[in-house]
Amino acid sequence: MSYSSLPEDVLEHVFSFVQSDKDRNVISLVCKSWYEIERWCRRRIFVGNCYAVSPRMAIRRFPEVRSVELKGKPHFADFNLVPEGWGGYVYPWIRAMAGGYPWLEELKLKRMVVTDESLELIAKSLKNFKVLVLSSCEGFSTHGLAAIAADCKNLKELDLWESDVEDPSGNWLSKFPDTCTSLVSLNIACLGSEVSFSALERLVVRCPNLRTLRLNRAVPLEKLAHLLRQAPQLVELGTGTYSADLRPDIFSNLAGAFSGCKELKSLSGFWDVVPAYLPAVYSVCSGLTTLNLSYATIQSPDLIKLVSQCPKLQCLWVLDYIEDSGLEALAATCKDLRELRVFPSEPFGDEPNVSLTEQGLVLVSEGCPKLESVLYFCRRMSNDALVTIAKNRPSMIRFRLCIIDPQTPDYLTLEPLDVGFGAIVQHCKDLRRLSLSGLLTDRVFEYIGTYAKKLEMLSVAFAGESDLGLHHVLSGCDSLRKLEIMDCPFGDKALLANAAKLETMRSLWMSSCSVSFEACKLLGQKMPRLNVEVIDESGPPDSRPELPVKKLYIYRTVTGRRIDMPGFVWNVGEDSALRLS
Amino acid sequence: MEALGLNMGFEETELRLGLPGNRVLSEGEGARKRGFSETVDLKLNLSSKDTSEKVKSFQKEKNPLPRATDPPAKPPAKTQVVGWPPVRSFRKNMLGVVQKSSGEESDMAGGNNAAFVKVSMDGAPYLRKVDLRMYNTYQDLYHALGKMFSSFTIGNCGSQGMKDFMNESKLMDLLNGSDYVPTYEDKDGDWMLVGDVPWGMFVESCKRLRIVKGTEAIGLAPRAMEKCKNRR
Repeated sequence: MSYSSLPEDVLEHVFSFVQSDKDRNVISLVCKSWYEIERWCRRRIFVGNCYAVSPRMAIRRFPEVRSVELKGKPHFADFNLVPEGWGGYVYPWIRAMAGGYPWLEELKLKRMVVTDESLELIAKSLKNFKVLVLSSCEGFSTHGLAAIAADCKNLKELDLWESDVEDPSGNWLSKFPDTCTSLVSLNIACLGSEVSFSALERLVVRCPNLRTLRLNRAVPLEKLAHLLRQAPQLVELGTGTYSADLRPDIFSNLAGAFSGCKELKSLSGFWDVVPAYLPAVYSVCSGLTTLNLSYATIQSPDLIKLVSQCPKLQCLWVLDYIEDSGLEALAATCKDLRELRVFPSEPFGDEPNVSLTEQGLVLVSEGCPKLESVLYFCRRMSNDALVTIAKNRPSMIRFRLCIIDPQTPDYLTLEPLDVGFGAIVQHCKDLRRLSLSGLLTDRVFEYIGTYAKKLEMLSVAFAGESDLGLHHVLSGCDSLRKLEIMDCPFGDKALLANAAKLETMRSLWMSSCSVSFEACKLLGQKMPRLNVEVIDESGPPDSRPELPVKKLYIYRTVTGRRIDMPGFVWNVGEDSALRLS
Repeated sequence: MEALGLNMGFEETELRLGLPGNRVLSEGEGARKRGFSETVDLKLNLSSKDTSEKVKSFQKEKNPLPRATDPPAKPPAKTQVVGWPPVRSFRKNMLGVVQKSSGEESDMAGGNNAAFVKVSMDGAPYLRKVDLRMYNTYQDLYHALGKMFSSFTIGNCGSQGMKDFMNESKLMDLLNGSDYVPTYEDKDGDWMLVGDVPWGMFVESCKRLRIVKGTEAIGLAPRAMEKCKNRR
């Protein structure tokens, strides 16, 4: 019996068990009829670069999608390297989906510009809309949120993860009608101004399925207990400000409320922490799997007391106040730890303000057998430490190290850190993401090109000596999808010699490097399926061809140059004289 | 071979495969060879002659172009490098306020926290963001704003009387010869003219900046003067 003689609906049923995009893409390549069947039953699409494809093309190919995920600006936009107005507007997608996907249920956006108009269009046109996640987005205000609240009758999830929201006065939370009881997840932690507490409370009370509630800083600690008693079923909680006058009645009320939350697995928030109130959460610590203390300015002893009570912890985000001693306690207690992020409390200070060194990370790598994802800001590192970490944790998947002072050498030997990072890529064969820092020569890129065969994303700054470095990476990293580089002496040769590689990647970002405008033009002209965009706020880059381009963003696309480029972005794949301004 | 029109001696460049120095690594060579010969099809005057030879042209050759951050080889002071360290402004701003409220002293200029504010300009289609802590004086700020928005400077259509008014109030022009005036929204939500208070005080109280046409700023000046009088 041949597979192609199976009836369509049987095939469709079989395909419905295949969720991964990669596998779905493979299925669609088997034959024409599988392509057709598959495209009609794909329910979810992920577009990693919103400019890689047009909304019309996406809708045409996959007409029955219920969930769309889009990403806009390049990652370095998080660090102010991408000027405002660069792009990433979601409105064209929403306009297209309003007509093409009237039954759309989920929209997840990252680093996109979302306007109130877009939100209003969603509310008006998508009758079955359930999930809105706006991660690191901007351009909208609480007016847009009010429209979502008022008109999305089946809203389950509203998540404004680290977005920049304009907060004009207006009580948007009370726009959720009394009939709205479907909320499962609400994250408003990024909102600057107050929300009406009574509206919030009424919402929480009437949504029995609410599992995730992340409050914003404006919600006072005295009111938290009250909310928790209305929602003891919460699994994930973000507190508001975690400070109040020291009063025993507030404390016991809070501690009592927390002890009633038997399902709590994740805690975050903790702005303005008054350490005396920390013990109020001790009753839930034994069940905690995620703890985000990255805004909590508490010192190591308090952190140790807290963390020592969380043996099931899998994910910890914390400030460097935890110090090496805190990380030692973490390593001793949290044997289930998978992810650790240590953020800098004073990233612009000249001197270390805390006793956090490479030792802390080494200890965690020794004590936590499941550790696979690390983001670590520190001020010193050694090759020995990196080699030790690599050998301890060959299952590492994400390793992002930021030694705060650029080009800092191994503090013991004053050598570059090539060998240390080389050990990371050599031992951690499944490494998917890597961020480098410290003093690095072309050698480290030689190691990366040779060993990092599963590496998908690489971030580089102030590293390397010549084009050879870039060439190693582009020619050796078979799985590379995203490469972002700042302030490295990489120029035209490696870029041009590896032009074809760029079509196999999502994007390449290079800023403050040594790439010439001529090379960009050549690349743009020779590679029609790449958009080669030069960003220069001081004027047309071809007016000063002797200078290297300041910022370069290259990405593959099937739709040609985008039409929404602002005045400081040039697509150099065409004759600039013909370009319409 | 088509002329590339490059004046940088690229025509002489020959790229060959192989690694400099000791052959420490033996894996992956075959894969590299394949990748390289694909790219040669670009006819960029790059040949893949003897792939076992060392990559002389890559190695340690100075790029003919200066680095875009010339002149110093070491990067400038940390606080002045945009994008480094890679901490989100969201996080930087949050921390800054946190530190203040926990009672610590914070430096006024170039301190260990940031003060990102949005800057909009009338007529410009998009906003900017600046970190006020990157500047030490109003002049620094004007210079930066001038560069940011220079492409939008419209000609002089302001009245001479307006300029006299500004000079009389001892306010500085944003761009010489233009009639654009920088204003800011302070902590109380009032719109004020930039330049009237000491720099440090301005950085602490400024929530956002807006560069307005001079004519629109007329109404602000009296309020600004009033507010200043009340402060003194």
